[in-house]
Amino acid sequence: MTKPLLASEVAKRVEEGVPGAVEQAQGDHLWVRPERIREVCRFLQSAPGLEFNYLVSITGVDYIEYFEVVYHLVSLRYNHSLVLKTRVYGREEPTLPSVVPVWQGADYQEREVYDLMGVRFEGHPNLKRILTWEGFPGHPLRKDHLGA
Amino acid sequence: MTLQGEPVILNIGPQHPSTHGVFRLRVLFDGEVVQDVEPVFGYLHRGTEKLAEERAYTQVITLTDRLDYVSSMTNNQAYVLAVEKLAGIQPAERGMYLRVIAAELSRIASHLVATGFFLQDLGAFATPLMYCFRERERILDLMEMLCGARITFSYMRPGGVFQDAPEDFWPALRQFLAEMPHYLDELEQLLTENEVILARTKGVGVLPAEVAINCSVSGPVLRASGVRWDIRKVDPYDVYDRLEFDIPIGTNGDCYDRMMVRLYEMRQSLRIIEQAVRQIPPGPARAKVPFFLRPPPGDAYAHVESPKGELGFYLVSDGGIAPYRCKIRSPSFINLTPLRELLRGWKLADLIVIFGSIDINMGEVDR
Repeated sequence: MTKPLLASEVAKRVEEGVPGAVEQAQGDHLWVRPERIREVCRFLQSAPGLEFNYLVSITGVDYIEYFEVVYHLVSLRYNHSLVLKTRVYGREEPTLPSVVPVWQGADYQEREVYDLMGVRFEGHPNLKRILTWEGFPGHPLRKDHLGA
Repeated sequence: MTLQGEPVILNIGPQHPSTHGVFRLRVLFDGEVVQDVEPVFGYLHRGTEKLAEERAYTQVITLTDRLDYVSSMTNNQAYVLAVEKLAGIQPAERGMYLRVIAAELSRIASHLVATGFFLQDLGAFATPLMYCFRERERILDLMEMLCGARITFSYMRPGGVFQDAPEDFWPALRQFLAEMPHYLDELEQLLTENEVILARTKGVGVLPAEVAINCSVSGPVLRASGVRWDIRKVDPYDVYDRLEFDIPIGTNGDCYDRMMVRLYEMRQSLRIIEQAVRQIPPGPARAKVPFFLRPPPGDAYAHVESPKGELGFYLVSDGGIAPYRCKIRSPSFINLTPLRELLRGWKLADLIVIFGSIDINMGEVDR
């Protein structure tokens, strides 16, 4: 069984490695500050005993007041998992650092979140629309998207 | 005398027969050698995730059929597992066994399609593909007995499956189990003793394990690179923890290994079905679950080992009758991440083979 790690325990480790990044910990969900996400991910990937070397998925969720970007992480070595979340505010150009330098598997997934949800990822090597076409009006998975 | 030429950009797809649907690759060629590739997605984008936000939880099942349409059962399974996790439903025992049987039959069908089309891509026109389709046809017949459909099953429901298997399903399944190993022997012989296949797949399109892990690759492609990672084993769902089976892995991570991992997985699937048939208890096939579910606000992620890799559903509930957000983690889409590393330096003919060995399904890539 993949063991969900207790977020409060992970939060302590993250505080050592990336001070001031953690916002909240609850169950196996860990909320971090959006501007620190890449540092946190790099730490989680390499910290001994954690070693989250596999990025399962990236999801964008539109909660109207803010966008939540959810990272599901797994360690293939220890078979444990963590749900990393971050809240991005602002509907015009919500932006957070890209994690492609950490896990290349984030490449298409971040492009998908950008395309459908309109969250920009700074430092992404090729941030273009992926499922819709260039010039598509708006971002279809946003709750206020009404369609063309 | 040397010839000087300029690199040329070539479009492969979206109507190319070897792209298995409407996939498009923009390839920069230097002569015959691939310099760079850029995949272009979205020709089959139907907005499944958006459509799911407007349907009741049970109604979304029909949308999942249309993701990976060669193995709709595993899509159903991943989705209902996510709903069960979100709403805290305990499924019926018999239903869980029926789900496993259906999912493993689906896996065999999907791997047969993958192998058949892979041989087609290698230039073995039609004959091996038809051999594979002949056996797949029998699986579709079994599926038709289960739920009346041959492609879009919508067989599973939160709490189990929508109806028990009919009486005549079991003898038909036993006959299939008895005859399939012989057929797989035939297929294995065809694959491992054909010199053309060996020459064109061994050492071609090598994917190192570290690259595969870093690119979030999953399923047979990851295992062919030598990583023993199978959701059915590492995070068992339904009744997989009560069944004995092995996880075949490759050593080199080339096209040959990817093909052989699929072949051995089919044998393991037969093993799983045999045990499930022996263990399946009597009783209801579905727990009592209302049609309109209202899970408490929160989120849940559930994943299964689909024939293509890790298929996951991330559901967010706001307490209403429809999911607030339904994210599909599709293996076909993410398995294409290392495409550039895989293809660079190979020739056009190898590009078709390497691409075929990843086994993608456009319904799932574009969603």
